[in-house]
Amino acid sequence: MHNLHPSPAQGQIGLNINPMGEADSSDGKPKISARGVNFYYGSKRALNNINIDFTPRRVTAIIGPSGCGKSTFIRLLNRMHELVPGSRLEGEILLDGLDILAQACDAAELRKRVGMVFQKPNPFPKSVFENVAYGLEVNGVTDRNLIEEKVVDSLKKAALWEEIKDRLKDSALGLSGGQQQRLCIARCLAVSPEVILFDEPCASLDPISTAKIEELILALKKEYTIVIVTHNMQQAARVSDQTAFFLMGDLIETGRTDRIFKAPRDKRTEDYITGRFG
Amino acid sequence: MQRHFDEELRQLKDDILRMGALAQESIVNSVDALKNRDKAAARKVIDSDVEMDRLELVIDDKCLELIALHQPMARDLRFITTAIKLNAELERIGDLAVDVAQRALDISDKPLLKPLVDIPRLAEIAKRMTADAIESFIKSDTELAKKVVLSDSEADTLKRGVEKELIHDYMMKDGSTSDRAVPLLLAARHLERVCDHAVSMAEDIIYMVSAVVVRHHPEELK
Repeated sequence: MHNLHPSPAQGQIGLNINPMGEADSSDGKPKISARGVNFYYGSKRALNNINIDFTPRRVTAIIGPSGCGKSTFIRLLNRMHELVPGSRLEGEILLDGLDILAQACDAAELRKRVGMVFQKPNPFPKSVFENVAYGLEVNGVTDRNLIEEKVVDSLKKAALWEEIKDRLKDSALGLSGGQQQRLCIARCLAVSPEVILFDEPCASLDPISTAKIEELILALKKEYTIVIVTHNMQQAARVSDQTAFFLMGDLIETGRTDRIFKAPRDKRTEDYITGRFG
Repeated sequence: MQRHFDEELRQLKDDILRMGALAQESIVNSVDALKNRDKAAARKVIDSDVEMDRLELVIDDKCLELIALHQPMARDLRFITTAIKLNAELERIGDLAVDVAQRALDISDKPLLKPLVDIPRLAEIAKRMTADAIESFIKSDTELAKKVVLSDSEADTLKRGVEKELIHDYMMKDGSTSDRAVPLLLAARHLERVCDHAVSMAEDIIYMVSAVVVRHHPEELK
């Protein structure tokens, strides 16, 4: 089995040219790389030869119209696709240079390193505390002090602690939608991931809750590599450092977010972000 | 897919076109007033600036509304930000035409120092550069915009010639000509500034069309 908890990426932070040919101030090695990725639902090909790098401690937004393959792609990054019967994946996905698709790589271990937050908040029908502690307990942590410390820390990092510190024993289902989503983020943070995948995390939230999640994403990127799928163009522009545009299973264009939204190189990207598709 | 937004952008383009037409008209009329020492024509230019000021506010408001309501991206965003800049440059050109008209009033009761040749030529260049900048905006024509940028040296040369003649041939030889020479010197400077604003517009238009920044980067023009 791969060593799934290697030491942090080596290298001094500095200016590098990323695979999009644009300057980026991160260390040189990508956190995740997809190489020649094709994906099929049965005989239907959903992704075509995707090649992309995700820079450590940066937010990458994946945008594109419905059915373009963006959610399909993000789910490959922690092997959620394996839950879909009849699906097939070709190519390589590397996490810190190690192939996550290799048989030697344990999916449960992988998902601790690469956490996921979904479109609809999905807290367990348990207390707030139990929701956040769940991941630790299923991973065999029994030290109550350690669990408590982790729960508090995760709730603080998820910007939820101040709002619910007196309601830790209350049911998570009684929280507002925005609070539930931040609870799901806290649950994800509790197992100390390195990458967090957000699949339209604000789709069901009001503007205030959306703003809180966006602020949270900007704060979290100091420690985590973040990939976010969003239909909201302004959200992609606000929170991400890099943007990738998918269309009909193809990765059309990637680059620095400011460049993509001011001056995209591909006409299809331009047509999509200016609403000229149809 | 035809967007309602496209119609609003077309209206904005029409407004800029109108602002450009007013600016060109003011340049021509102000220099005619100077050449003919025509007080009434000069006052007409000064009075007409109110319309440019009004239109500037209307265009500004429309641009802000389009940004707020549509959150434009990419070429739509570049188009609207360029419209904002062009609007300000054209309003300033209108003000410079007013300045020329005021110089016309300054000399209207005095005999003309000399027949005006180079100042009307400078005005013609200023009008042409403004017109070309507006046309390059309307047609998204970067080649025409580049031509505007490169023609600024012609205006600079002409302005320097006017200054040299007025200072060396008149003011230094006969100090009493100053009250008639200085307004002409200033008029030449106002018109040369019009050319500078046309260059700024052209640079913005090149960015709008190609997303290449040529402002302060003349090497990008090649």
